[in-house]
Amino acid sequence: MSNVTTMDAPVKVSAPQEKTRRELKAFNGLAHLALIFWAVVTAGPLLWVVLASFKSNTEIFLGEPFALPSTFSLETYLSAWDQAHIGRYFLNSVFVVLVSTAGTMLFGSMAAYVLARYSFVGNRIVYYLFVSGLAFPTFMALGPLFHILKNMGLLNTYHGLIMVYIAYSLPFTIFFLAAFFKTLPHEIDEAATVDGASHTRKFFQIMMPMAKSGLVSITIFNIVGQWNQYLLPLVIMQGQGADQKWVLTQGIANISTQAGYHAEWSTLFAALTLSIIPMIVVYAIFQRQIQAGLTAGAVK
Amino acid sequence: MRHGKYPFIIGFLAVPVALYAVFVVAAYVQTFQLAFTSWSGFGVIKYVGFENFEKLWNDDLFWKSLRHNGFLLLLLPIATIAIALVFAFLLNVGGGTKGGMTRGVRGSKLYRVIFFFPQLMALAIVAVIFGRVFSSDKSGMLNGLFPDSWQPWLFLADDRWALTCILVVLVWQAVGFYVVLFSAGMGSIGEEIYEAAALDGATKVTLFFRITLPLLWNTIQTGWVYLGIAAFDAFALVNIMTVDRGGPDGATSVLAMMIYRNTFEYSQVGYASALGVVLFFLTLTFAALTLRVTRRDAV
Repeated sequence: MSNVTTMDAPVKVSAPQEKTRRELKAFNGLAHLALIFWAVVTAGPLLWVVLASFKSNTEIFLGEPFALPSTFSLETYLSAWDQAHIGRYFLNSVFVVLVSTAGTMLFGSMAAYVLARYSFVGNRIVYYLFVSGLAFPTFMALGPLFHILKNMGLLNTYHGLIMVYIAYSLPFTIFFLAAFFKTLPHEIDEAATVDGASHTRKFFQIMMPMAKSGLVSITIFNIVGQWNQYLLPLVIMQGQGADQKWVLTQGIANISTQAGYHAEWSTLFAALTLSIIPMIVVYAIFQRQIQAGLTAGAVK
Repeated sequence: MRHGKYPFIIGFLAVPVALYAVFVVAAYVQTFQLAFTSWSGFGVIKYVGFENFEKLWNDDLFWKSLRHNGFLLLLLPIATIAIALVFAFLLNVGGGTKGGMTRGVRGSKLYRVIFFFPQLMALAIVAVIFGRVFSSDKSGMLNGLFPDSWQPWLFLADDRWALTCILVVLVWQAVGFYVVLFSAGMGSIGEEIYEAAALDGATKVTLFFRITLPLLWNTIQTGWVYLGIAAFDAFALVNIMTVDRGGPDGATSVLAMMIYRNTFEYSQVGYASALGVVLFFLTLTFAALTLRVTRRDAV
Protein backbone atom coordinates (compact mmCIF):
# COMPACT_ATOMS: atom_id res chain seq x y z
CA MET A 1 0.00 0.00 0.00
CA SER A 2 2.73 2.47 0.88
CA ASN A 3 4.78 4.21 -1.71
CA VAL A 4 8.09 3.22 -0.31
CA THR A 5 10.45 2.94 -3.18
CA THR A 6 13.15 0.52 -2.38
CA MET A 7 15.45 1.18 -5.29
CA ASP A 8 18.31 2.45 -3.17
CA ALA A 9 20.66 4.04 -5.60
CA PRO A 10 24.13 4.23 -4.19
CA VAL A 11 24.78 7.80 -3.21
CA LYS A 12 27.98 9.24 -1.83
CA VAL A 13 27.31 11.28 1.29
CA SER A 14 29.15 14.56 1.11
CA ALA A 15 29.50 17.31 3.70
CA PRO A 16 26.41 19.42 2.87
CA GLN A 17 24.30 16.30 2.72
CA GLU A 18 25.44 15.46 6.22
CA LYS A 19 23.57 18.52 7.45
CA THR A 20 20.38 17.68 5.60
CA ARG A 21 20.60 14.20 7.02
CA ARG A 22 20.60 15.53 10.53
CA GLU A 23 17.65 17.78 9.73
CA LEU A 24 15.92 14.81 8.27
CA LYS A 25 16.41 12.79 11.40
CA ALA A 26 14.87 15.55 13.49
CA PHE A 27 11.97 15.82 11.07
CA ASN A 28 11.49 12.07 11.13
CA GLY A 29 11.44 12.04 14.91
CA LEU A 30 8.80 14.73 15.02
CA ALA A 31 6.79 12.95 12.36
CA HIS A 32 6.75 9.76 14.42
CA LEU A 33 5.82 11.68 17.53
CA ALA A 34 2.84 13.24 15.80
CA LEU A 35 1.75 9.93 14.31
CA ILE A 36 2.07 8.07 17.60
CA PHE A 37 0.09 10.82 19.28
CA TRP A 38 -2.82 10.36 16.88
CA ALA A 39 -2.63 6.58 17.11
CA VAL A 40 -3.01 6.91 20.90
CA VAL A 41 -5.87 9.38 20.51
CA THR A 42 -7.60 6.93 18.17
CA ALA A 43 -7.05 3.74 20.09
CA GLY A 44 -7.16 5.21 23.62
CA PRO A 45 -10.93 5.53 24.03
CA LEU A 46 -11.45 2.01 22.63
CA LEU A 47 -8.89 0.50 24.97
CA TRP A 48 -10.46 2.39 27.84
CA VAL A 49 -13.87 0.91 26.99
CA VAL A 50 -12.45 -2.61 27.07
CA LEU A 51 -10.69 -2.02 30.42
CA ALA A 52 -13.77 -0.44 31.99
CA SER A 53 -15.92 -3.40 30.94
CA PHE A 54 -14.12 -5.52 33.56
CA LYS A 55 -14.36 -2.98 36.33
CA SER A 56 -16.97 -2.55 39.01
CA ASN A 57 -18.86 0.70 39.28
CA THR A 58 -16.71 1.75 42.22
CA GLU A 59 -13.56 1.17 40.26
CA ILE A 60 -14.90 3.14 37.31
CA PHE A 61 -15.62 6.13 39.53
CA LEU A 62 -12.19 5.92 41.15
CA GLY A 63 -10.55 7.70 38.25
CA GLU A 64 -7.32 6.21 36.86
CA PRO A 65 -9.05 5.22 33.63
CA PHE A 66 -6.20 3.12 32.31
CA ALA A 67 -5.52 1.17 35.48
CA LEU A 68 -6.04 -2.56 35.14
CA PRO A 69 -9.21 -3.94 36.73
CA SER A 70 -8.71 -5.59 40.13
CA THR A 71 -10.37 -8.81 39.04
CA PHE A 72 -11.16 -10.25 35.67
CA SER A 73 -14.59 -11.72 35.38
CA LEU A 74 -16.88 -12.16 32.45
CA GLU A 75 -19.96 -11.47 34.52
CA THR A 76 -20.55 -8.08 32.96
CA TYR A 77 -20.44 -9.72 29.56
CA LEU A 78 -23.03 -12.29 30.54
CA SER A 79 -25.33 -9.58 31.78
CA ALA A 80 -24.77 -7.53 28.62
CA TRP A 81 -25.54 -10.56 26.49
CA ASP A 82 -28.60 -11.75 28.46
CA GLN A 83 -30.22 -8.93 30.36
CA ALA A 84 -29.26 -6.14 28.00
CA HIS A 85 -30.04 -8.37 25.00
CA ILE A 86 -26.88 -7.49 23.10
CA GLY A 87 -26.86 -10.96 21.60
CA ARG A 88 -30.33 -10.50 20.23
CA TYR A 89 -29.62 -7.03 18.83
CA PHE A 90 -26.43 -8.28 17.26
CA LEU A 91 -28.22 -11.11 15.47
CA ASN A 92 -31.02 -8.77 14.42
CA SER A 93 -28.44 -6.50 12.82
CA VAL A 94 -26.75 -9.42 11.09
CA PHE A 95 -30.04 -10.65 9.68
CA VAL A 96 -31.26 -7.26 8.48
CA VAL A 97 -27.95 -6.28 6.92
CA LEU A 98 -27.48 -9.65 5.20
CA VAL A 99 -30.86 -9.49 3.52
CA SER A 100 -30.82 -5.80 2.74
CA THR A 101 -27.30 -5.74 1.33
CA ALA A 102 -28.08 -8.75 -0.84
CA GLY A 103 -31.25 -7.01 -2.01
CA THR A 104 -29.45 -3.72 -2.61
CA MET A 105 -26.78 -5.41 -4.69
CA LEU A 106 -29.25 -7.47 -6.72
CA PHE A 107 -31.69 -4.66 -7.51
CA GLY A 108 -29.01 -1.98 -7.66
CA SER A 109 -26.88 -3.85 -10.19
CA MET A 110 -29.92 -4.84 -12.26
CA ALA A 111 -31.05 -1.23 -12.55
CA ALA A 112 -27.51 0.08 -13.06
CA TYR A 113 -26.86 -2.45 -15.81
CA VAL A 114 -30.01 -1.64 -17.75
CA LEU A 115 -29.47 2.10 -17.36
CA ALA A 116 -25.83 1.92 -18.37
CA ARG A 117 -26.04 -0.38 -21.38
CA TYR A 118 -29.49 -0.18 -22.95
CA SER A 119 -30.94 2.81 -24.72
CA PHE A 120 -34.67 3.24 -24.32
CA VAL A 121 -37.18 6.02 -23.91
CA GLY A 122 -36.95 7.47 -20.42
CA ASN A 123 -33.54 6.00 -19.64
CA ARG A 124 -32.04 9.35 -18.64
CA ILE A 125 -35.10 10.33 -16.62
CA VAL A 126 -34.94 7.16 -14.52
CA TYR A 127 -31.18 7.50 -14.11
CA TYR A 128 -31.33 11.10 -12.92
CA LEU A 129 -34.27 10.28 -10.67
CA PHE A 130 -32.07 7.78 -8.87
CA VAL A 131 -28.94 9.90 -8.81
CA SER A 132 -30.73 13.02 -7.58
CA GLY A 133 -31.46 11.03 -4.42
CA LEU A 134 -27.84 11.69 -3.47
CA ALA A 135 -28.60 15.38 -3.01
CA PHE A 136 -31.33 14.89 -0.40
CA PRO A 137 -30.48 14.52 3.28
CA THR A 138 -32.28 11.42 4.61
CA PHE A 139 -33.58 13.04 7.77
CA MET A 140 -35.47 15.83 6.01
CA ALA A 141 -38.29 13.38 5.15
CA LEU A 142 -38.63 11.51 8.46
CA GLY A 143 -42.29 12.34 9.01
CA PRO A 144 -43.57 11.37 5.57
CA LEU A 145 -41.44 8.20 5.60
CA PHE A 146 -42.92 7.19 8.93
CA HIS A 147 -46.47 7.71 7.70
CA ILE A 148 -45.89 5.87 4.42
CA LEU A 149 -44.72 2.85 6.40
CA LYS A 150 -47.55 3.21 8.87
CA ASN A 151 -50.18 3.27 6.13
CA MET A 152 -48.68 0.17 4.55
CA GLY A 153 -48.55 -1.63 7.89
CA LEU A 154 -44.77 -1.89 7.67
CA LEU A 155 -43.82 -0.13 10.88
CA ASN A 156 -41.86 -2.26 13.30
CA THR A 157 -41.33 -5.05 10.75
CA TYR A 158 -38.07 -6.39 9.40
CA HIS A 159 -39.29 -6.42 5.82
CA GLY A 160 -40.26 -2.77 6.15
CA LEU A 161 -36.84 -1.86 7.48
CA ILE A 162 -35.11 -3.95 4.82
CA MET A 163 -37.06 -2.38 1.98
CA VAL A 164 -36.28 1.10 3.28
CA TYR A 165 -32.58 0.24 3.60
CA ILE A 166 -32.57 -0.98 0.01
CA ALA A 167 -34.46 2.05 -1.30
CA TYR A 168 -32.14 4.53 0.41
CA SER A 169 -29.01 2.65 -0.72
CA LEU A 170 -30.03 2.58 -4.37
CA PRO A 171 -28.92 6.08 -5.45
CA PHE A 172 -25.28 5.62 -4.62
CA THR A 173 -25.20 1.97 -5.67
CA ILE A 174 -26.70 2.76 -9.06
CA PHE A 175 -24.58 5.87 -9.55
CA PHE A 176 -21.41 3.91 -8.86
CA LEU A 177 -22.27 0.69 -10.70
CA ALA A 178 -23.71 2.39 -13.80
CA ALA A 179 -20.38 4.14 -14.28
CA PHE A 180 -18.70 0.78 -13.79
CA PHE A 181 -20.87 -1.17 -16.25
CA LYS A 182 -20.26 1.53 -18.86
CA THR A 183 -16.54 0.82 -18.86
CA LEU A 184 -16.94 -2.90 -19.60
CA PRO A 185 -16.06 -3.85 -23.20
CA HIS A 186 -18.84 -4.29 -25.74
CA GLU A 187 -17.18 -7.04 -27.78
CA ILE A 188 -17.93 -9.86 -25.34
CA ASP A 189 -21.43 -8.57 -24.97
CA GLU A 190 -21.96 -8.73 -28.73
CA ALA A 191 -20.36 -12.15 -29.05
CA ALA A 192 -22.72 -13.52 -26.41
CA THR A 193 -25.69 -12.03 -28.25
CA VAL A 194 -24.56 -13.68 -31.49
CA ASP A 195 -24.28 -16.98 -29.64
CA GLY A 196 -27.89 -16.57 -28.67
CA ALA A 197 -27.59 -15.72 -24.97
CA SER A 198 -30.67 -14.05 -23.55
CA HIS A 199 -30.40 -10.62 -21.93
CA THR A 200 -30.94 -12.05 -18.48
CA ARG A 201 -28.36 -14.76 -18.95
CA LYS A 202 -25.85 -12.27 -20.30
CA PHE A 203 -26.29 -10.18 -17.19
CA PHE A 204 -25.87 -12.98 -14.66
CA GLN A 205 -23.25 -15.08 -16.42
CA ILE A 206 -21.13 -12.54 -18.26
CA MET A 207 -21.58 -9.04 -16.92
CA MET A 208 -21.75 -9.76 -13.20
CA PRO A 209 -18.49 -11.76 -13.16
CA MET A 210 -16.79 -9.05 -15.22
CA ALA A 211 -17.92 -6.35 -12.81
CA LYS A 212 -16.68 -8.27 -9.78
CA SER A 213 -14.22 -5.67 -8.46
CA GLY A 214 -16.80 -2.90 -8.56
CA LEU A 215 -19.41 -5.12 -6.98
CA VAL A 216 -17.08 -6.04 -4.11
CA SER A 217 -16.29 -2.39 -3.32
CA ILE A 218 -19.88 -1.31 -3.31
CA THR A 219 -21.00 -4.36 -1.34
CA ILE A 220 -18.56 -3.47 1.43
CA PHE A 221 -19.70 0.13 1.27
CA ASN A 222 -23.34 -0.95 1.71
CA ILE A 223 -22.64 -3.48 4.47
CA VAL A 224 -20.82 -0.88 6.54
CA GLY A 225 -23.37 1.82 5.82
CA GLN A 226 -26.37 -0.35 6.68
CA TRP A 227 -24.73 -1.94 9.72
CA ASN A 228 -24.09 1.53 11.11
CA GLN A 229 -27.51 2.94 10.32
CA TYR A 230 -29.19 4.50 13.34
CA LEU A 231 -31.72 7.05 12.15
CA LEU A 232 -33.82 4.77 9.93
CA PRO A 233 -34.27 1.95 12.49
CA LEU A 234 -35.03 4.58 15.12
CA VAL A 235 -37.88 5.86 12.96
CA ILE A 236 -39.17 2.48 11.78
CA MET A 237 -38.68 0.10 14.69
CA GLN A 238 -41.01 1.73 17.19
CA GLY A 239 -44.29 0.64 18.70
CA GLN A 240 -45.31 -2.31 20.81
CA GLY A 241 -42.66 -4.95 21.29
CA ALA A 242 -40.23 -3.01 19.15
CA ASP A 243 -37.41 -3.46 21.65
CA GLN A 244 -37.31 -7.14 20.69
CA LYS A 245 -36.55 -6.19 17.10
CA TRP A 246 -34.05 -3.39 17.55
CA VAL A 247 -30.78 -3.43 15.70
CA LEU A 248 -27.44 -3.12 17.48
CA THR A 249 -27.01 0.66 17.24
CA GLN A 250 -30.45 1.22 18.76
CA GLY A 251 -29.86 -1.35 21.47
CA ILE A 252 -26.56 0.18 22.53
CA ALA A 253 -27.98 3.68 22.53
CA ASN A 254 -30.80 2.46 24.73
CA ILE A 255 -28.49 0.67 27.16
CA SER A 256 -26.60 3.92 27.44
CA THR A 257 -29.75 5.74 28.51
CA GLN A 258 -30.76 2.95 30.88
CA ALA A 259 -27.30 2.71 32.41
CA GLY A 260 -27.70 6.29 33.57
CA TYR A 261 -30.72 5.34 35.67
CA HIS A 262 -29.49 2.04 37.02
CA ALA A 263 -25.82 2.96 37.28
CA GLU A 264 -24.74 -0.17 35.44
CA TRP A 265 -21.87 1.33 33.60
CA SER A 266 -19.80 -1.82 33.33
CA THR A 267 -22.65 -3.55 31.48
CA LEU A 268 -22.66 -0.69 29.00
CA PHE A 269 -18.91 -0.99 28.52
CA ALA A 270 -19.22 -4.75 28.05
CA ALA A 271 -21.95 -4.19 25.48
CA LEU A 272 -19.77 -1.67 23.67
CA THR A 273 -16.84 -4.07 23.69
CA LEU A 274 -19.02 -6.84 22.28
CA SER A 275 -20.07 -4.56 19.45
CA ILE A 276 -16.54 -3.36 18.67
CA ILE A 277 -14.63 -6.66 18.80
CA PRO A 278 -16.29 -8.29 15.76
CA MET A 279 -15.59 -5.13 13.79
CA ILE A 280 -11.92 -5.25 14.73
CA VAL A 281 -11.73 -8.91 13.72
CA VAL A 282 -13.41 -8.32 10.37
CA TYR A 283 -11.31 -5.22 9.81
CA ALA A 284 -8.08 -7.06 10.62
CA ILE A 285 -8.88 -9.65 7.97
CA PHE A 286 -10.28 -7.43 5.22
CA GLN A 287 -8.70 -4.06 5.93
CA ARG A 288 -7.44 -3.53 2.39
CA GLN A 289 -10.80 -4.27 0.82
CA ILE A 290 -12.63 -2.25 3.44
CA GLN A 291 -10.44 0.81 2.96
CA ALA A 292 -10.82 0.49 -0.80
CA GLY A 293 -14.58 -0.01 -0.57
CA LEU A 294 -15.26 2.92 1.70
CA THR A 295 -13.06 5.35 -0.20
CA ALA A 296 -14.39 4.14 -3.55
CA GLY A 297 -17.11 6.74 -3.58
CA ALA A 298 -14.75 9.65 -3.14
CA VAL A 299 -12.15 8.70 -5.74
CA LYS A 300 -14.37 7.72 -8.60
CA MET B 1 -31.42 -10.01 -31.73
CA ARG B 2 -33.14 -7.07 -30.07
CA HIS B 3 -36.09 -9.34 -29.54
CA GLY B 4 -37.51 -9.07 -26.05
CA LYS B 5 -35.55 -5.98 -25.10
CA TYR B 6 -38.39 -4.06 -23.53
CA PRO B 7 -39.79 -6.88 -21.39
CA PHE B 8 -36.26 -7.41 -20.12
CA ILE B 9 -35.71 -3.72 -19.35
CA ILE B 10 -39.03 -3.43 -17.57
CA GLY B 11 -38.42 -6.64 -15.67
CA PHE B 12 -35.06 -5.41 -14.41
CA LEU B 13 -36.22 -1.93 -13.50
CA ALA B 14 -39.60 -2.70 -11.96
CA VAL B 15 -38.59 -3.63 -8.42
CA PRO B 16 -35.85 -1.02 -7.86
CA VAL B 17 -37.96 1.78 -9.32
CA ALA B 18 -41.00 0.74 -7.27
CA LEU B 19 -39.03 0.60 -3.99
CA TYR B 20 -37.37 3.90 -4.73
CA ALA B 21 -40.59 5.63 -5.76
CA VAL B 22 -42.55 4.48 -2.71
CA PHE B 23 -40.01 5.00 0.05
CA VAL B 24 -37.75 7.77 -1.24
CA VAL B 25 -39.39 9.86 -3.95
CA ALA B 26 -42.82 9.88 -2.33
CA ALA B 27 -41.34 10.78 1.06
CA TYR B 28 -39.39 13.74 -0.35
CA VAL B 29 -42.30 14.96 -2.46
CA GLN B 30 -44.59 14.82 0.57
CA THR B 31 -42.07 16.78 2.61
CA PHE B 32 -42.35 19.67 0.17
CA GLN B 33 -46.13 19.36 0.22
CA LEU B 34 -46.51 19.08 4.00
CA ALA B 35 -44.26 22.09 4.55
CA PHE B 36 -47.28 24.22 3.60
CA THR B 37 -49.68 22.49 5.99
CA SER B 38 -50.30 22.45 9.72
CA TRP B 39 -50.54 18.67 9.80
CA SER B 40 -49.88 17.11 13.19
CA GLY B 41 -49.48 13.57 11.93
CA PHE B 42 -53.14 12.72 12.50
CA GLY B 43 -56.44 13.82 11.02
CA VAL B 44 -57.10 16.16 8.15
CA ILE B 45 -54.40 18.03 6.32
CA LYS B 46 -54.94 21.79 6.28
CA TYR B 47 -52.97 24.07 4.00
CA VAL B 48 -51.65 27.18 5.68
CA GLY B 49 -49.52 28.79 2.99
CA PHE B 50 -46.20 30.11 4.22
CA GLU B 51 -47.19 30.11 7.88
CA ASN B 52 -44.62 27.48 8.85
CA PHE B 53 -41.84 29.49 7.27
CA GLU B 54 -42.95 32.64 9.07
CA LYS B 55 -42.99 30.75 12.35
CA LEU B 56 -39.56 29.42 11.56
CA TRP B 57 -38.25 32.91 10.89
CA ASN B 58 -39.33 33.94 14.38
CA ASP B 59 -38.17 30.77 16.12
CA ASP B 60 -35.08 31.45 18.23
CA LEU B 61 -34.26 27.77 18.46
CA PHE B 62 -34.17 27.58 14.66
CA TRP B 63 -31.59 30.35 14.40
CA LYS B 64 -29.62 28.86 17.24
CA SER B 65 -29.63 25.42 15.57
CA LEU B 66 -28.66 27.01 12.28
CA ARG B 67 -25.72 28.75 13.94
CA HIS B 68 -24.63 25.41 15.44
CA ASN B 69 -24.81 23.71 12.04
CA GLY B 70 -22.85 26.67 10.65
CA PHE B 71 -20.21 26.26 13.33
CA LEU B 72 -19.79 22.59 12.44
CA LEU B 73 -19.95 23.36 8.72
CA LEU B 74 -17.07 25.78 9.02
CA LEU B 75 -14.82 23.95 11.45
CA LEU B 76 -15.38 20.26 10.72
CA PRO B 77 -13.96 20.35 7.16
CA ILE B 78 -11.12 22.72 8.05
CA ALA B 79 -9.95 20.78 11.09
CA THR B 80 -10.38 17.33 9.55
CA ILE B 81 -8.74 18.16 6.24
CA ALA B 82 -5.84 20.04 7.84
CA ILE B 83 -5.05 17.22 10.27
CA ALA B 84 -5.53 14.52 7.65
CA LEU B 85 -3.32 16.31 5.11
CA VAL B 86 -0.48 16.63 7.59
CA PHE B 87 -0.65 12.96 8.56
CA ALA B 88 -1.04 11.76 4.99
CA PHE B 89 1.98 13.85 4.02
CA LEU B 90 4.04 12.48 6.91
CA LEU B 91 3.04 8.94 6.03
CA ASN B 92 3.83 9.25 2.34
CA VAL B 93 6.60 11.76 1.92
CA GLY B 94 7.78 12.27 5.49
CA GLY B 95 10.52 9.66 5.37
CA GLY B 96 12.79 11.91 3.41
CA THR B 97 14.75 11.17 0.30
CA LYS B 98 17.00 8.29 -0.27
CA GLY B 99 18.90 8.25 -3.48
CA GLY B 100 16.58 10.96 -4.72
CA MET B 101 13.50 8.91 -3.87
CA THR B 102 10.92 10.19 -1.44
CA ARG B 103 9.36 7.70 0.87
CA GLY B 104 7.05 7.41 3.83
CA VAL B 105 8.02 6.99 7.45
CA ARG B 106 8.51 3.54 8.85
CA GLY B 107 5.34 1.75 9.94
CA SER B 108 3.18 3.96 7.77
CA LYS B 109 0.93 1.05 6.93
CA LEU B 110 0.21 0.26 10.57
CA TYR B 111 -0.59 3.90 11.33
CA ARG B 112 -3.00 3.99 8.43
CA VAL B 113 -4.78 0.85 9.65
CA ILE B 114 -5.22 2.27 13.15
CA PHE B 115 -6.27 5.74 12.00
CA PHE B 116 -8.93 4.34 9.69
CA PHE B 117 -10.74 2.17 12.21
CA PRO B 118 -13.10 4.78 13.74
CA GLN B 119 -14.61 5.28 10.30
CA LEU B 120 -15.97 1.74 10.47
CA MET B 121 -17.81 2.33 13.71
CA ALA B 122 -21.40 3.49 13.78
CA LEU B 123 -21.74 7.12 14.75
CA ALA B 124 -24.30 5.95 17.31
CA ILE B 125 -21.74 3.72 19.03
CA VAL B 126 -19.07 6.41 18.84
CA ALA B 127 -21.58 8.74 20.50
CA VAL B 128 -22.17 6.32 23.36
CA ILE B 129 -18.43 5.90 23.91
CA PHE B 130 -17.70 9.61 23.89
CA GLY B 131 -20.68 10.33 26.10
CA ARG B 132 -18.70 8.41 28.73
CA VAL B 133 -15.28 9.78 27.70
CA PHE B 134 -16.61 13.28 28.34
CA SER B 135 -18.45 12.36 31.54
CA SER B 136 -18.37 15.28 33.93
CA ASP B 137 -17.25 13.24 36.94
CA LYS B 138 -14.29 11.01 37.68
CA SER B 139 -15.84 8.11 35.74
CA GLY B 140 -15.12 9.92 32.48
CA MET B 141 -11.92 9.03 30.67
CA LEU B 142 -10.71 12.61 30.41
CA ASN B 143 -11.64 13.69 33.91
CA GLY B 144 -10.12 10.45 35.16
CA LEU B 145 -6.86 11.34 33.44
CA PHE B 146 -6.76 14.85 34.88
CA PRO B 147 -4.93 15.31 38.18
CA ASP B 148 -7.03 14.87 41.31
CA SER B 149 -6.47 18.47 42.32
CA TRP B 150 -8.43 19.74 39.30
CA GLN B 151 -12.10 20.51 39.38
CA PRO B 152 -13.77 18.04 37.03
CA TRP B 153 -14.48 19.59 33.65
CA LEU B 154 -18.12 19.67 32.69
CA PHE B 155 -17.63 19.08 28.96
CA LEU B 156 -21.08 18.24 27.58
CA ALA B 157 -22.82 19.74 30.58
CA ASP B 158 -21.20 23.12 29.95
CA ASP B 159 -23.20 25.10 27.42
CA ARG B 160 -20.07 26.93 26.25
CA TRP B 161 -18.16 23.77 25.35
CA ALA B 162 -20.79 21.15 24.57
CA LEU B 163 -20.83 21.88 20.85
CA THR B 164 -17.04 21.82 20.69
CA CYS B 165 -17.17 18.32 22.20
CA ILE B 166 -19.44 17.28 19.31
CA LEU B 167 -17.00 18.78 16.84
CA VAL B 168 -14.07 16.95 18.45
CA VAL B 169 -15.87 13.61 18.15
CA LEU B 170 -16.73 14.22 14.50
CA VAL B 171 -13.13 15.11 13.73
CA TRP B 172 -11.88 12.10 15.71
CA GLN B 173 -13.97 9.80 13.59
CA ALA B 174 -13.34 11.40 10.21
CA VAL B 175 -9.58 12.02 10.18
CA GLY B 176 -8.53 8.44 9.41
CA PHE B 177 -10.77 8.20 6.38
CA TYR B 178 -9.25 11.32 4.87
CA VAL B 179 -5.72 10.21 5.71
CA VAL B 180 -6.37 7.10 3.61
CA LEU B 181 -8.10 9.08 0.89
CA PHE B 182 -5.34 11.67 0.64
CA SER B 183 -2.69 8.97 0.85
CA ALA B 184 -4.19 7.31 -2.19
CA GLY B 185 -4.14 10.68 -3.96
CA MET B 186 -0.55 11.33 -2.98
CA GLY B 187 0.42 7.87 -4.12
CA SER B 188 -0.72 8.74 -7.60
CA ILE B 189 1.50 11.80 -7.76
CA GLY B 190 4.51 10.74 -9.77
CA GLU B 191 7.76 10.09 -7.93
CA GLU B 192 9.65 12.01 -10.56
CA ILE B 193 7.90 15.24 -9.63
CA TYR B 194 9.10 15.02 -6.02
CA GLU B 195 12.46 13.86 -7.23
CA ALA B 196 12.88 16.83 -9.52
CA ALA B 197 11.79 19.25 -6.83
CA ALA B 198 14.08 17.67 -4.28
CA LEU B 199 17.01 17.97 -6.69
CA ASP B 200 16.19 21.65 -7.07
CA GLY B 201 16.58 21.92 -3.31
CA ALA B 202 12.93 22.19 -2.32
CA THR B 203 12.26 21.74 1.39
CA LYS B 204 9.53 19.55 2.83
CA VAL B 205 7.33 22.56 3.40
CA THR B 206 7.76 23.70 -0.19
CA LEU B 207 7.03 20.20 -1.43
CA PHE B 208 3.82 20.18 0.56
CA PHE B 209 2.50 23.56 -0.53
CA ARG B 210 3.76 23.66 -4.09
CA ILE B 211 3.29 20.07 -5.21
CA THR B 212 1.15 17.95 -2.90
CA LEU B 213 -1.58 20.46 -2.18
CA PRO B 214 -2.28 21.64 -5.75
CA LEU B 215 -2.22 18.12 -7.15
CA LEU B 216 -4.61 16.88 -4.48
CA TRP B 217 -7.04 19.73 -4.92
CA ASN B 218 -9.87 17.71 -6.48
CA THR B 219 -9.77 15.12 -3.73
CA ILE B 220 -9.76 17.83 -1.07
CA GLN B 221 -12.74 19.46 -2.71
CA THR B 222 -14.72 16.20 -2.64
CA GLY B 223 -13.77 15.72 0.99
CA TRP B 224 -14.96 19.21 1.79
CA VAL B 225 -18.40 18.51 0.37
CA TYR B 226 -18.69 15.18 2.23
CA LEU B 227 -17.67 16.72 5.54
CA GLY B 228 -20.02 19.63 5.02
CA ILE B 229 -22.91 17.25 4.49
CA ALA B 230 -21.92 15.41 7.68
CA ALA B 231 -21.95 18.76 9.49
CA PHE B 232 -25.58 19.25 8.46
CA ASP B 233 -26.43 15.94 10.11
CA ALA B 234 -24.77 15.22 13.50
CA PHE B 235 -28.12 13.80 14.66
CA ALA B 236 -26.79 10.61 16.22
CA LEU B 237 -24.25 12.49 18.32
CA VAL B 238 -26.68 15.12 19.53
CA ASN B 239 -29.44 12.60 20.21
CA ILE B 240 -27.27 10.17 22.17
CA MET B 241 -24.43 12.18 23.68
CA THR B 242 -25.77 15.50 24.79
CA VAL B 243 -27.61 16.59 27.89
CA ASP B 244 -31.37 16.66 27.26
CA ARG B 245 -30.76 15.81 23.59
CA GLY B 246 -29.73 19.18 22.23
CA GLY B 247 -28.92 20.82 25.52
CA PRO B 248 -27.87 22.08 27.92
CA ASP B 249 -30.39 24.78 27.18
CA GLY B 250 -30.32 24.27 23.42
CA ALA B 251 -26.54 24.64 23.29
CA THR B 252 -26.13 21.67 20.94
CA SER B 253 -29.43 21.78 19.08
CA VAL B 254 -29.05 21.20 15.35
CA LEU B 255 -31.58 21.21 12.52
CA ALA B 256 -31.75 17.41 12.29
CA MET B 257 -32.60 17.21 16.00
CA MET B 258 -35.34 19.82 15.57
CA ILE B 259 -36.83 17.88 12.66
CA TYR B 260 -36.85 14.66 14.68
CA ARG B 261 -38.43 16.24 17.75
CA ASN B 262 -41.08 18.14 15.82
CA THR B 263 -42.01 15.00 13.92
CA PHE B 264 -42.11 12.44 16.71
CA GLU B 265 -42.42 14.37 19.95
CA TYR B 266 -44.27 17.63 19.30
CA SER B 267 -46.64 16.27 16.59
CA GLN B 268 -45.71 19.11 14.26
CA VAL B 269 -45.12 17.24 11.04
CA GLY B 270 -45.93 20.35 8.96
CA TYR B 271 -43.38 22.45 10.78
CA ALA B 272 -40.80 19.66 10.66
CA SER B 273 -41.32 19.43 6.90
CA ALA B 274 -40.72 23.16 6.53
CA LEU B 275 -37.45 22.70 8.44
CA GLY B 276 -36.64 19.82 6.10
CA VAL B 277 -37.20 21.99 3.06
CA VAL B 278 -34.93 24.70 4.45
CA LEU B 279 -32.31 22.10 5.23
CA PHE B 280 -32.50 20.73 1.70
CA PHE B 281 -31.87 24.13 0.13
CA LEU B 282 -29.05 24.84 2.57
CA THR B 283 -27.33 21.57 1.71
CA LEU B 284 -27.74 22.16 -2.00
CA THR B 285 -26.45 25.73 -1.77
CA PHE B 286 -23.49 24.61 0.26
CA ALA B 287 -22.52 21.87 -2.21
CA ALA B 288 -22.91 24.16 -5.22
CA LEU B 289 -20.99 26.98 -3.55
CA THR B 290 -18.15 24.74 -2.46
CA LEU B 291 -17.72 23.30 -5.90
CA ARG B 292 -17.84 26.77 -7.46
CA VAL B 293 -15.71 28.79 -5.08
CA THR B 294 -12.97 26.21 -4.80
CA ARG B 295 -12.80 25.47 -8.50
CA ARG B 296 -9.36 25.93 -9.96
CA ASP B 297 -7.86 25.22 -13.27
CA ALA B 298 -6.64 21.70 -13.58
CA VAL B 299 -2.98 21.43 -12.76
